[in-house]
Amino acid sequence: MTDTSMTPAAAAPEKSSLLVQDARTRKRNAAETRFRMYGMAAIAVGLLFLVFLFTSILRSGLPAFTQTVVEIEFTLTQEQFDTAESKMLKTGEYQKIFVNALSGQLNASGLDVDFDNKAIERIVGKPGGTIRSFFLENPDRIGTPVSFELAASSRVDGYLNGRITRDTLVDSRFLMATDLDLVDALQDAGIVKGAFNWNFITGTDSGVDNPGGAGLGASVIGSFFMMLVVLFLSLPIGVAASIYLEEFAPKNRWTDLIEVNISNLAAVPSIVFGILGLAVFIQFAGFPQSAPLVGGLVLTLMTLPTIIISTRASLAAVPPSIRDAALGVGASKMQSVFHHVLPLAMPGILTGTIIGLAQALGETAPLLLIGMVGFVAREYPETFVGGFTDANSAMPAQIYTWASRADPGFYEKAWGGIIILLLFLITMNAIAVLLRRRFERRW
Amino acid sequence: MPFTWLVLILLAIAAIGFVLGRGRALKSAGGDRRDLHSLPVYYGANVAMWAIVPAAAVLIIWMLAQPFFVNSRVLATLPGAVVSEGSSIGLVMSDVRRVADGLDVAVQQGAMSRDEAASLSTDTSDVRERLGEVGVALGSAVSADVLKGAQLYRTLNATSSKLMTVVVLLIALGGAAYAYSRSHADFRARNTVERGILALLIAAASVAILTTIGILFALLFNTIEFFKLYPAADFFFGTNWAPSFSGRGGSSDLGVLPLLWGTFYISFIALLVAVPVGLFSAIYLSEYAGPKVRSVAKPLIEILAGIPTIVYGLFALLTVGPMLVSMFGKDTLGWMQGGTAVMTAGLVMGIMLIPFVSSLSDDIINAVPQAMRDGSYGLGATKSETIRQVILPAALPGIVGAILLAASRAIGETMIVVLGAGAAARLSLNPFEAMTTITAKIVSQLTGDADFASPEALVAFALGMTLFVLTLGLNVFALYIVRKYREQYD
Repeated sequence: MTDTSMTPAAAAPEKSSLLVQDARTRKRNAAETRFRMYGMAAIAVGLLFLVFLFTSILRSGLPAFTQTVVEIEFTLTQEQFDTAESKMLKTGEYQKIFVNALSGQLNASGLDVDFDNKAIERIVGKPGGTIRSFFLENPDRIGTPVSFELAASSRVDGYLNGRITRDTLVDSRFLMATDLDLVDALQDAGIVKGAFNWNFITGTDSGVDNPGGAGLGASVIGSFFMMLVVLFLSLPIGVAASIYLEEFAPKNRWTDLIEVNISNLAAVPSIVFGILGLAVFIQFAGFPQSAPLVGGLVLTLMTLPTIIISTRASLAAVPPSIRDAALGVGASKMQSVFHHVLPLAMPGILTGTIIGLAQALGETAPLLLIGMVGFVAREYPETFVGGFTDANSAMPAQIYTWASRADPGFYEKAWGGIIILLLFLITMNAIAVLLRRRFERRW
Repeated sequence: MPFTWLVLILLAIAAIGFVLGRGRALKSAGGDRRDLHSLPVYYGANVAMWAIVPAAAVLIIWMLAQPFFVNSRVLATLPGAVVSEGSSIGLVMSDVRRVADGLDVAVQQGAMSRDEAASLSTDTSDVRERLGEVGVALGSAVSADVLKGAQLYRTLNATSSKLMTVVVLLIALGGAAYAYSRSHADFRARNTVERGILALLIAAASVAILTTIGILFALLFNTIEFFKLYPAADFFFGTNWAPSFSGRGGSSDLGVLPLLWGTFYISFIALLVAVPVGLFSAIYLSEYAGPKVRSVAKPLIEILAGIPTIVYGLFALLTVGPMLVSMFGKDTLGWMQGGTAVMTAGLVMGIMLIPFVSSLSDDIINAVPQAMRDGSYGLGATKSETIRQVILPAALPGIVGAILLAASRAIGETMIVVLGAGAAARLSLNPFEAMTTITAKIVSQLTGDADFASPEALVAFALGMTLFVLTLGLNVFALYIVRKYREQYD
């Protein structure tokens, strides 16, 4: 069989061999490999972006969870207490006592650094008020050694986190470059150290000039109340609408109109829902601005299409034999749906609802327009009803507020807020996946 | 809270009606439930339904209509002079409402008696000071007319609320009594209740239509208001965007073209990133990758779609922007002035859109019938030749649809451009310059302190309308293409 191709005489039309690739085949194979590489590169680029995004979130956000504290133990004598209380500037007096105690401790530890009381004040901020209120509430502790953990000023915090370096620090009345030597010394002595910043999780927003004291707590509560509204409105409405469209709707104009509307609403930009909320709920209906109730209503309208689409899919996945069997034993159409189809579709519906809620939780743009951003959430709502109607912030709105403030100290808080927000989202999605794994039935 | 009480009483009537109706039906059948037409529960539910539904409907309509009625009555009593003194009707009415609310607070805190609040007059006391004592701050002294208006407002509201309570309770009782009287063994209670439930389901489904109507009305009315104050031609064809910050119009240039340009430019760059990466990922995942790679890579890439846009916005502002500046900024090439630029926003938005393009294209490529692939392989084509010459042409309409959907996402995206694109509106080709978009300007015009009646605030609604029409058009077009394509293989 190799005869013909091997004879040199028959060279005129060159025959190809399966063993030796000719130029054209090589080219085609090279093109094939290249094309495959493009695909792999695209996947790699996508994953690289993902990794890049998460590392930059973690790297910038984790410092928000730690806080630099000055730990010091000192004794306040009754005499000192009385003199301080008799002064005009009481907190200033406590400040002095504290600073003296700290410098005493520094001297005792034998550190070789020059410092003055002003420098210490710059490092620790203004702790006088905290100390005074402690002793006013616990008068029995006067005369005994008390250990205090006081938050250091946000710039010292930034220095120890690496946000501020010796090169970038500009001398100001808040912190001087020379103070950094003292900070280093204090850190070596174990007086200044990092601690977990509970205030960031439980605290409230602190206003524009105090990034150190800013916390996400109040806005987490705001988001929680918004999600309550979304859950209790969008789940029943969404399920009812899906049941109608999937099980009862006749094929007519009205049904078509509803279907077209739902698929279009799913694609309307979220900012337009914000405009709707502003014009209809706040201006027209007179609901209070910045209230979680209004935010919840707007997010409900946004989430409805998501929930309807997933609910319809899980209703459609229930096989017709179930309906037929129910009808066959004498159930009405309504009974067959509510007693048999709906319970079987429930896991799918819940999964879709949780995913819809997770989307709503991270949505920011509509909240900007209904006034959740200008508002500084300084306190928790006092009552349950107040949780819905009192002005509050929400997690993404709070993050945006921090990101748009001038002090770079807030950027770190914004990243930290994002970590908390993402933790919520991951938890919700994990629950959804678990639900699906646990209860999903293949018919 | 009388409203909460009203609702509670309604529920109580329904609950009692439920028990009574069920009992009466059972009794009419001589206690044997087999003689009833429907299950006993349905007789109870029927009474409860009749008690609640009409009453609740009246309640809602009443509450919606009450403000209009009260406003028009109060306005009618205000002398024309008050309104024409340089301020609009809306401002006077909001004054009236604020004073009325203040009086309510004062009565609630016990600082004023009911009669005193009703008979208070500007001749005998300083209303502003009295209200200030209870923590209600008023901008200016209260004129006699406004105070009278506020008092009328309060009495009208009080009367209307009382009347509403009585009417609603009467309707609830009447409905319950009517349904109760019909609860006997032959009555087809189940059919009635199921009709009621069906009506509820239809109402829930119609919420989608109501939302669309709400969006359209909110946008349309305010857009018309805007075009009364600002010529439409200047808005659509103006090439300058420079709103005055005084809030009292006149000198503002509100041309939409620079914003449109910024929007399209950023979306274009986003698609430039998202389409190649997304499309090639989809091709690799659906044609080359084994099930193992696919089951890992696909969900990982789709994580990008689940990340909230605020995260991308922050990522653009604080990570990508500074990084681009260090690459193209003053120290190296000098192309870029600041971190916020078209490039920053476009790049990050592109990352956001990758999973969007890839999962849509993945579905579409998977929908191409296997027979077409097999035919191509049978003719000796390599895998990549098959993809390029058979699968992609067959999937092209769907892919175009997917890209259009992604484009509509990009145009409507807000947080990334608010944080990453800058605030200056300009017509420029340089992608390293800061530009702004429609969405970013909607946010900045509505979150500022401009008066809501000024063209500077109203322009946001015209921008919203533009955005709505643009994205809706793109979506409808994209869905049309996708649907048309699907018909070929089904």
